[in-house]
Amino acid sequence: MKQYLLAVHMVEGEAQPSPEEMQQAYKQVDAFNTELQSAGAWVFAGGLHPPATATVVRLRDGKAVTTDGPFAETKEQLGGFWIINAADLDSALELAAKGSAACGAPVEVRPFQEAPE
Amino acid sequence: MADADKAAVERTFRQESGRAVATLARLFGDIDIAEEAVQEAFVTATVRWRHAGVPANPGGWIVTTARHKALDRLRREASRHDRQAQAALLHAGSDRAGPEQLPDDRLRLIFTCCHPALSQEAQVALTLRLIAGLETTEIARAFLVPEATMAQRLVRAKHKIRHAGIPYRVPRHPELPSRIPPVLAVVYLVFNEGYTASAGDELVRSELCAEGLRLARLLAALMPGEPEVLGLLALLVLTDAHRPARTRSDGSLVLLAEQDRTKWDRALIDEGHELVRTCLGRNRPGPYQLQAALNAVHTDAAQASETDWGQILALYDQLLALAPTPVVALNRSVAVAEVHGPAEALLLVDRLHLEGYYLFHATRADLLRRLGRREEAAAAYRAALDRTANTAERAFLEGRVEAL
Repeated sequence: MKQYLLAVHMVEGEAQPSPEEMQQAYKQVDAFNTELQSAGAWVFAGGLHPPATATVVRLRDGKAVTTDGPFAETKEQLGGFWIINAADLDSALELAAKGSAACGAPVEVRPFQEAPE
Repeated sequence: MADADKAAVERTFRQESGRAVATLARLFGDIDIAEEAVQEAFVTATVRWRHAGVPANPGGWIVTTARHKALDRLRREASRHDRQAQAALLHAGSDRAGPEQLPDDRLRLIFTCCHPALSQEAQVALTLRLIAGLETTEIARAFLVPEATMAQRLVRAKHKIRHAGIPYRVPRHPELPSRIPPVLAVVYLVFNEGYTASAGDELVRSELCAEGLRLARLLAALMPGEPEVLGLLALLVLTDAHRPARTRSDGSLVLLAEQDRTKWDRALIDEGHELVRTCLGRNRPGPYQLQAALNAVHTDAAQASETDWGQILALYDQLLALAPTPVVALNRSVAVAEVHGPAEALLLVDRLHLEGYYLFHATRADLLRRLGRREEAAAAYRAALDRTANTAERAFLEGRVEAL
């Protein structure tokens, strides 16, 4: 069993979904989360506030320096994520397709470095 | 070592390395381990076979030796708490033994190499390296990129297979159709690399053609309902049928128009025509089926002068609509030259951006020669010469320059 990060990518400046669409997406994501849990694939998941709420901390001369975020100056930012268990990439990609359909955004699949014990 | 023994090792390497790597990858669940062990086994073979002679079943000897080498290495590493080694040992210990399981190990490995999570460039490179046993240099030349670029591409692709957990299996039915096109592209390239080797003294590396054909037959047996799978098989069968007429006894190249058509392999042509008819009956055309149909038109003509170029051009129009690539446009220009004359064909060729491709220059050169523009033709032949390392092709091009 391997662990994968399913990262939801949001593009800043794109048309915001309507409140109804948001409600629908929340419902779909809830259903997907339940599916992950009953399949034993669920590890953790969460949605994030927009990148304007981010703060970056870096070490300079041994001291922590804090600046307004986000770190990457790009339009595409992390909007949320799932961490899942899957047998292999094919299973992870199958779940990512369902996750992408549920939240209505592209999902990037990244393997974790260590397989869980 | 006697030259004969050395040649035996080299022959075995080219014929057996793909099968051995695929079998070892199944046994250990790791491509890097498989590749290294097979390479070590061949190193041992060059020493051992000098004393003991070449074994009766060299391929089996390589697989057995490679398996022992991998096990020894993994046991050493596993005892040092290397988790990857432990996992590979566990995999090898599970009930997967046996020299070769169905489906064919190489087909399994091809689906891993052609996984959609890998770029197509990586898919083709991996398959040529792991299945066809080509050297990185040869693959780099086939793709017109520097060797270092190709080496890095291979390393990255193998890392992704391992770390992202790309599975090692033939896909199950619902997803199978979407996984086929990259596999077909790769098998076609393997065959082509054999048919016109990118370097070396042997124009036709028959074992690569045989490998491409074998894989195409296997795919057709696995997926008989897919028209493009049959189309690819038909194309390879018909192309291979020309092989006996394609080179002279001194190894030099004979153009299609000048080939002795009685030397064509009749059984393969009949098989290819039958496959093309089956494809036509399904009426779901695709690029491979159209190329096979083109070949069928050529092989229908008992003499080159009897070739139905109008039909060939019509098929190229369909092919260009489905696969609008510069190489297809270049090939179509040859039919345009036959139907509408070399001047019109040259206009089309000069619009293409294929400066790195030797056949672009060779085609241009031939059109210029037919138009009587001798100096430009000579320059184009020289440009083609600069871009191929294949001895037979070089000799052919040099002959053309001299004949001007």
